[in-house]
Amino acid sequence: MADTTSDVLVIGAGLHGLSTAFHLARRGIKVTVLEADYAGRHASGVNAGGVRTLGRHLAEIPLSLASREIWHNLPELLGDDASFVASGQLKLAESEAELAQCQMRVAELQANGFTHEVLIDRAEVFELLPTVAPHVVGGIWVADDGYAVPYRVVTAVRRAAQRLGVVVHEQTPALAITQKASRWHVSTPKGRFEADHLIVTAGAWAGRLAADIGEPVPTYPQGLMLMVTHRVAPFCKQVLGATGRALSFKQFDNGTVVIGGKLIGDLDFDTRHGEVDITRLITSALTVTDLFPHLKHLGINRAWAGIEAFTQDDLPVISHSLRASGLTYSFGYCGSGFQMSLGTGERVAQLVLGESSSIDLAAFAIDRFNLDSSILMASKEPSCNQSLESKPTSA
Amino acid sequence: MNLEPIDVVVIGAGPAGMAGARTLAELGISVVLLDEQVAAGGQIYRGIASASPARREMLGTDYGDGVPLTDALKGSTVRHETGASVWQVTRERQVHYLKDGRVRSFAAKTVLLATGAMERPFPIPGWTLPGVMTAGAAQILLKTAGIGPQGPVVLAGCGPLLYLLGWQYLRAGIEISALVDTSRREDYWRARGHLLKALRAWPYLRKGISLLRALRKNEVPHYTGAEGLQIEGEAQVQALSFVVDGQQHRLPASTVLLHQGVVPNIQFTQALRAQHRWDDAQLCFVPETDHWGRLDVPFISAAGDGTGIGGAQVAALQGQLAALGLARDLGRITPAQRDSRAAPLRDQLEKNLRIRPFLDALYRPRDENRIPPRDDVTICRCEEVTAGDIRRFVELGCSGPNQAKSFGRCGMGPCQGRMCGLTVTEIIAKTRGLSPDEVGYFRIRPPIKPITLGELASG
Amino acid sequence: MPTDSLFRRVDVDGSRLITVTFDDQPLQVPSGLTVAAALLLAGVRYFRTSPVSGEARAPYCMMGVCFECLVEINGVPSRQSCLIEVADGMRIRSQQGARDLPFTASEPVVMEVQP
Repeated sequence: MADTTSDVLVIGAGLHGLSTAFHLARRGIKVTVLEADYAGRHASGVNAGGVRTLGRHLAEIPLSLASREIWHNLPELLGDDASFVASGQLKLAESEAELAQCQMRVAELQANGFTHEVLIDRAEVFELLPTVAPHVVGGIWVADDGYAVPYRVVTAVRRAAQRLGVVVHEQTPALAITQKASRWHVSTPKGRFEADHLIVTAGAWAGRLAADIGEPVPTYPQGLMLMVTHRVAPFCKQVLGATGRALSFKQFDNGTVVIGGKLIGDLDFDTRHGEVDITRLITSALTVTDLFPHLKHLGINRAWAGIEAFTQDDLPVISHSLRASGLTYSFGYCGSGFQMSLGTGERVAQLVLGESSSIDLAAFAIDRFNLDSSILMASKEPSCNQSLESKPTSA
Repeated sequence: MNLEPIDVVVIGAGPAGMAGARTLAELGISVVLLDEQVAAGGQIYRGIASASPARREMLGTDYGDGVPLTDALKGSTVRHETGASVWQVTRERQVHYLKDGRVRSFAAKTVLLATGAMERPFPIPGWTLPGVMTAGAAQILLKTAGIGPQGPVVLAGCGPLLYLLGWQYLRAGIEISALVDTSRREDYWRARGHLLKALRAWPYLRKGISLLRALRKNEVPHYTGAEGLQIEGEAQVQALSFVVDGQQHRLPASTVLLHQGVVPNIQFTQALRAQHRWDDAQLCFVPETDHWGRLDVPFISAAGDGTGIGGAQVAALQGQLAALGLARDLGRITPAQRDSRAAPLRDQLEKNLRIRPFLDALYRPRDENRIPPRDDVTICRCEEVTAGDIRRFVELGCSGPNQAKSFGRCGMGPCQGRMCGLTVTEIIAKTRGLSPDEVGYFRIRPPIKPITLGELASG
Repeated sequence: MPTDSLFRRVDVDGSRLITVTFDDQPLQVPSGLTVAAALLLAGVRYFRTSPVSGEARAPYCMMGVCFECLVEINGVPSRQSCLIEVADGMRIRSQQGARDLPFTASEPVVMEVQP
């Protein structure tokens, strides 16, 4: 393959990379995307598919709400609904104490001017979801949230980007990245690529690339496990989460149920493989049969794992480089980036082109971390599970 | 989760697993043999323990070969768990299985996978209709239940099992409407190159010749070089139609029994991420093993048809060799003891493998019966994905079997890709002009066997 | 539904006849057989309908690989009938489309909420 030049080189054809490429291409920019494996191989293509503004960190909400607009306009934007279903998302409270937590959460959001999360009582929960176990006392409801089949979203965004002229090279890992006279050079097994601007959206592998460029970020990769059941008669339309325990739960149109909730598998990072150990899914199975006793005979068809980048504070890095010119990062979404990708891609495109936006990115700055060497060392080991448990439902 | 410690877990009680487990037990090694069937024997000797002498006689002497194996197993210290369905084996050798609706687990020092073979998928129009079965399935019904089809029955495809079943049916008094052979004259020419070597495995050849002779003697109509196979019917098989030398045939049938060889069952070796390679003679993926059946996953070995098709006798020998290898790995015998015990087994193995290249060449399944040229042929039976769907996915940028899952749920039904995996690989390889090795196989993930949420929750 | 069977016994062993039900209809079948073999012998032509198109399906491999023989046994759906031995009084049901597993409010509720 001949050497290739473009305006912007994107490393990583996950949803963030493809979405950023798409939004840049809409603005007339010539973009090339390099992907080590195939588009959407890891977190983007194999996540639980939750399209969720519910339960977001305050700093993420503006990006998440901007993304929501895009999710609801996919046919106009991509020429494809990408399988998105606006089913609503419901976070269940299983005790009065949990309901009080939900109340506080909604009050906090309202104090910050956000009204998308709505507190609902027991009767309203059962009106939405008559099949749930009777101990549920209420919850938080977001009607405009939903779900989609992740790989179909990846494919829809990829194809839309390609129609706008974006070139995607799969099986093309970046072997060496150098900057010469402000121009970026990336060598790959398929030749050398050049561009004025470089965007790193390499998910779990972005931390390594950033470190190679001389800009270490305390990020660590982890494999998140999910399982899917056999088909079952329809019993639940909404995407569900729980307040007191980790749960991500939804029944797809085809009848299968996808179950997750921050379940950490083993990671074989060098072979890019997230190992599955079903015995670690026991708690999830218990949660599900507690909430839906009639599912106890439902067969588990398959469990799998996707690899994702995590950070110390559970927030992504969306930031220009502070070390080099013409370099922008967008990674570290901590298992919650699926919904955000569509809006974030536009925001990153604006960032790269110097366009103004009302969405502030200060919380995602690359220099916000404590770069104490001991923390950097520690961050290489997946040791921050504690913080994961406290996070709300997964994306 | 309670993990019971053990030296070796052997999975699968066919010839490889039975022979391997017994060899280990004889060396004083603690060994459990897990198998999902109600009795030992695997598929080849299925029902051997309960079959009456008359039924054994009807099935032939090869079937009777299973008796010493199951007897020896019974007389050994091997702990044999029947009805044990293994749903996960980890690279750290935790073995989880389901028995009587309960989850049980072993922490094994070593694991021997003897999961055998399964029928090669036969994706032709109408193969999902009730009334269509594999020849292997029909044989299992004969072995375990003493039942056979009544009404017009047609056997179609190629391979020794097809002729053996026909022969057994004749002995059982079951009438066969026709044997529709997909082998062609050029297959015989290709196989001829291996004939000299095959002659040195004379018993196998003689057996094959006598089977065909019996079928001819009973005037079973025998079509050879059949192509364009198509099973007709609405909710039930009505006929098999095909073409021979340009001439269309249509045979009414209420049962069609298909066979075009067997392929290794690689669910566990794939889930363990062992190295696999495409075997172009046998047209399937096989796990890479060393001379002792060891995978590239530490302390996990494989033996028998699951490592490449060799048949029952080869499997039993490989099982013993793998057992000796593991016994050495466990430090229970010296390398010299291992090698001296292995030497006669290796001689026998070499003799038994001589026929293989001849059989593989002679009964090489036709391209059109593996890679359906017609777009409307269902290849994923569970999710009803067609050959045309896969080719369309490739046009949309689907580069391998795992993306095919995401594009259209291919391989994501209850059988977890067992019935379509090879077909998907071969269709994508052919469409993209790549080798099956380059395209790869489905990533196999646990549970390897079904487990319910309630069963897992109680684990 | 059972009709004229496409299968018959070709030898007689010592098995006795037991009674099972298939879709509430009593069937006399020999003991010692797998559920799949017993149903085929009793004249059951198809075991389930595909949850995708609704087309009829029957056992294909008889060795636990193809999952075409899935039936409900004693209230538990999606059992591989080729791997399970038939037992007297067994209640077997065909599976129509996506496995039913209907929600029933009367089912006892397990209250084992994790802390």
